[in-house]
Amino acid sequence: MPLPWVLVFFAWGGAALLAALPPRLGVARFVNIGVSAGSLVLALALLGYPHGEQGWTRIDGLNLPFVAVSAIVGLTTAVFSAGTVKGERFDDLRARAYHASFQLFMGAQFLALIGDNMGVMWVAIEIATLASVLMVGVHGTPAAVEAAWKFFILCGVGIALALFGTTLLYLAAQPVVGSGDPGLSWAALRAVAASCDGGLLSLAFVFLLVGYGTKAGLVPLHSWLPDAEAEGPLPICAVLSGLLLNAALLAVLRAEAIVGAHPGALPAGPFLIGFGLLSLLLAAFSLWWRKDARRLFAWSSIEHVGLATLAFGIGGAVANLAGILHLLGHSLVKSGVFFAVGAAAQIKRSQKVADIGGLAASHPSLGWGLALGIAGLAGMPPFALFVSEFSLVAEGAARLPWLVLPVGLGLLVAAAALIRAMVALCLGVPTRDNPVEGAFALPGGLLWATGPVWLHLALAAALGFAAPAGFVALLREGARILG
Amino acid sequence: MNGFGTPAYDVSHLLGGGVLLLSFVLLYQRRIGAVINGFAVQGALLACAAAWQAYVQGAPGLYLTAVIAFGAKAVAIPLALRLLVGRLGLHRAVETSLGIGASLLAAIGLVGLSVLVVLPVTAGGATPLARVDLTIALSVVLLGMLAMIARRNAISQVIGLLSLENGLILGAVGVAGMPLVVELSTAALVLVAAMVAAVVVFQIRERLDTLDTHILDRQRGDA
Repeated sequence: MPLPWVLVFFAWGGAALLAALPPRLGVARFVNIGVSAGSLVLALALLGYPHGEQGWTRIDGLNLPFVAVSAIVGLTTAVFSAGTVKGERFDDLRARAYHASFQLFMGAQFLALIGDNMGVMWVAIEIATLASVLMVGVHGTPAAVEAAWKFFILCGVGIALALFGTTLLYLAAQPVVGSGDPGLSWAALRAVAASCDGGLLSLAFVFLLVGYGTKAGLVPLHSWLPDAEAEGPLPICAVLSGLLLNAALLAVLRAEAIVGAHPGALPAGPFLIGFGLLSLLLAAFSLWWRKDARRLFAWSSIEHVGLATLAFGIGGAVANLAGILHLLGHSLVKSGVFFAVGAAAQIKRSQKVADIGGLAASHPSLGWGLALGIAGLAGMPPFALFVSEFSLVAEGAARLPWLVLPVGLGLLVAAAALIRAMVALCLGVPTRDNPVEGAFALPGGLLWATGPVWLHLALAAALGFAAPAGFVALLREGARILG
Repeated sequence: MNGFGTPAYDVSHLLGGGVLLLSFVLLYQRRIGAVINGFAVQGALLACAAAWQAYVQGAPGLYLTAVIAFGAKAVAIPLALRLLVGRLGLHRAVETSLGIGASLLAAIGLVGLSVLVVLPVTAGGATPLARVDLTIALSVVLLGMLAMIARRNAISQVIGLLSLENGLILGAVGVAGMPLVVELSTAALVLVAAMVAAVVVFQIRERLDTLDTHILDRQRGDA
């Protein structure tokens, strides 16, 4: 089996193992870490794999960085999950379902990133949806079921529309590529796009944008995201915000790259700029009204995906690079922040901002980690988000000067709201601790959360200012692929 | 070949039109049982349409799609929904958030919209058969979305989504030579089947307002 498929099936094999493992052994959470660590090794090995398409998969500069970051976030999430899973108080069945669907989700996430065939990519995103619905609803409380149901219905319609778009894409290419698998291969479609029917390509893009855009949490298709983030088990926020949104947005970008290769088709840029700007502005103002810490950071994910979409809408090598860097930096910082917020929620037995206060004084390592992470989300140096936002604004100002005002407004309003949240959560007088039973009972205690948090912060800083030359070359190649 | 007056075109037009007609039926039925029946007939017609395409295109894989569609959508899913409705005693009328007349008018508007969108766009390359097929498929998709908006309770929302998915399959089987069509239609079916499974849990909550596992156990014991 080629390495890309090994990566996918390793995670799925882990899911089968976790589903079969008798819960009374009590080792599921460590097996989960082991499977995630194995996936990380495979993902890093993939960095040296020859680029190009191979059957239904492809490896290129666009998806490799995302595969690597997904595997890293997957491992740290598994570690964090091991520290907090007792505090979730699952019964045996739920614990099994939770661990198995986590690895099912990871495998589907990898497949969605490396899929070259648009049909395979669609199936992967569908599997990821099913697995994440299961994870969001696993608690079975009315609120969790409500959130899972909303997620299911909205994303179900979304991916249904994406399938219609995929059909249209093939219909457009059919006279040129003929029948058989190449008809849905991204590489083949992109090569022949210029001689396909422009009208059909445009129609296909609209469906793919709306369909996958729902999964990426773009306003006005975002309303499932805050609920799903707030009601699911703590660790899944990290993978929903950090990974799922990236895979969905990447699918939109693959579609854009095909349609963009046809000179007569609908220009995709203005659509992306519109969706991005709307997401940025709505999220920036919504951040002010949030009282639930997890909802607050879910809205911040909408803001950041909006910013990245905006960057891809502007297009060109610089803006695309900024967009890719922004998505990667956001994955790292946001999942770190979710680890810290999750740990605080278990220590304080509440996820309301008002109940979590003064973390920096009471739990310095956790509190300062959270404070730095929130500062990173607000666009402060030394994290990757600072670099990407800076180059996005500079490029926007040079190419589309009118953009500077709304983008600047959105960034400022969002940053101010985040700083206010940081002051409320981390500084000030500590609130009373009231830990959930079983939270951080493993040896090492809070290290199971603070370790991942600080690792993510370090990686995000390195990504912004000290990325290895080879990795930067990879990012540049990804930006070039998007054109 | 493939023009008006040839059997290939006329029969698939007829079957596609039937699927679309059933989408209208789903919109004006008030009783849950009737909605489920309408969906079952739509599933059967969809299976016929897929089988006809298999014959016309000489694509044996599509027979598989037809058999799966028939088994799941004309038999299994309606049966499961009927059992659920019977067990929970949901023989009441469907709550609508949009009046029947208004939803039918909106439906006609949506069919007009999809004609206006698809026909000019496909004027270039596609065959007449594919164009008409796509128009009907898009109409069924849009009507499915309308049904989801027009109805309140979970079961009829799911039926709306199921009929939306029928539109997707109709579109996919109508495009000759579409790769992975069997796999994709099966995967789409898995999605909606999972949704039907979820509605079983959800209806219990809506009715008893709890999801305690021992109540689930009691429900299971009843069956």
